[in-house]
Amino acid sequence: MQPFAYSAPTTIKEAVEILDKHGEKARPMAGGTDLLVQIRGGRFDLDTVVDIKKIPELNEISNGNNELVLGAAVPCHKLYDDPRISESYPGLIDAASLIGSIQIQSRSGFGGNLCNSTPSADGIAPLIVHSAVANIQGKSGSRAVPVEEFCTGPGSNVLGKGEILVSITMPNKGDKFGAAYERFIPRNEMDIAVAAVGASILLGSDGKIAEAKIALASVGPTPIFATKASEFLKGKEPNEAAFKEAAAIAKGECSPIEDMRGTADQRKHLVEVLTVRMLNKSLERIGG
Amino acid sequence: MATEKIHVKTTINGRPEEFLTDPYVSLLDALREIVGLTGSKEGCLDGNCGACTVSVNGRIVDSCLVLAAEVDGQNVGTVEGMATADGLHPLQQAFLEEAALQCGICTPGFLVASKGLLDNEPEPSEERIRHWLAGNLCRCTGYENIVKAVKKAAKNS
Repeated sequence: MQPFAYSAPTTIKEAVEILDKHGEKARPMAGGTDLLVQIRGGRFDLDTVVDIKKIPELNEISNGNNELVLGAAVPCHKLYDDPRISESYPGLIDAASLIGSIQIQSRSGFGGNLCNSTPSADGIAPLIVHSAVANIQGKSGSRAVPVEEFCTGPGSNVLGKGEILVSITMPNKGDKFGAAYERFIPRNEMDIAVAAVGASILLGSDGKIAEAKIALASVGPTPIFATKASEFLKGKEPNEAAFKEAAAIAKGECSPIEDMRGTADQRKHLVEVLTVRMLNKSLERIGG
Repeated sequence: MATEKIHVKTTINGRPEEFLTDPYVSLLDALREIVGLTGSKEGCLDGNCGACTVSVNGRIVDSCLVLAAEVDGQNVGTVEGMATADGLHPLQQAFLEEAALQCGICTPGFLVASKGLLDNEPEPSEERIRHWLAGNLCRCTGYENIVKAVKKAAKNS
């Protein structure tokens, strides 16, 4: 690897100062499973890698009755190793179990996945359907950005100079809530999604859909919150006919490219198939 | 650019180790070239092949995607720590008996990864074994004998 300095600050303030001082010449590192590959590939010319894993707030997992606070450096395995998180945040668990290999899941997590901001990120669509918010800290203060507004293009996001993702917060929507995430890949494991869909359903006391969320990955320049399809389901009976109609709307909300992984048509088709499947799975998981 | 070397105090295979490393050196390179433990192999350098698998605090990782500086104060386990004075680890014995290797480059990674599984789940299903080992590639065996060996070791230990 090309030479860089390593710093491992123990406070957010210190990390922000280093990142602000070095600007483009510094990158934060959580699991490093993307960053170190990118450095080897010459994508960045860095003075400093800032290891954020020694900052207590960034390692926090706080699973309260009302919300889950996930520190930006928490690796995937900590989620599926905790049965209480699996119960309330099933969409996250689907993603945590399929990002890379077991080796990768020991290091990589949702914070790094979000900040890496690839269109195919397996962690971002599940965060969107769990209504997650990114908590950002910079030199001049902190701000909270809904995850669906975080990515601005392939590999780019709203983080400004010196800003760092501290944590991701998402509400616990109770036992009338279900969520799921699935991707299509030609192999069984270890591949980048051709297309992927996350969904969630919250049922009202009348048994109808009080809130639904559908998010798509690998079918546009960023992960996409399919707002029209999500909105359509509000107030509907949760059945196959409604799910199929929502899936057709979701298909129209993506803008996939053609590449070696798949054609645009195949990707759109996959969005439709997976949307129905994920809505059904979300529904099955309610009270399950 | 000029960078200062970092003093790393760690435990490798149960033994305290200290070494100096450049900050941009991977754990894999530090193990092989500074500490002198060449069991862990370099394959793809991007997290696909698992030939460099080691454990850090009991969790398996790709050591090519860890900086040596990060293991300060941590517990590292490599293939060199598996056999004891009494003989091979049950997994190593089973790999031999089941002919679970040909060229052998992937073997240390498979052994360390399999140990990571059996240490926590003594009786995994075949599906679980195959899922767990998806991050390790073998170009020779077609995996059948590797899976057989892990099942056998699970039964024998």
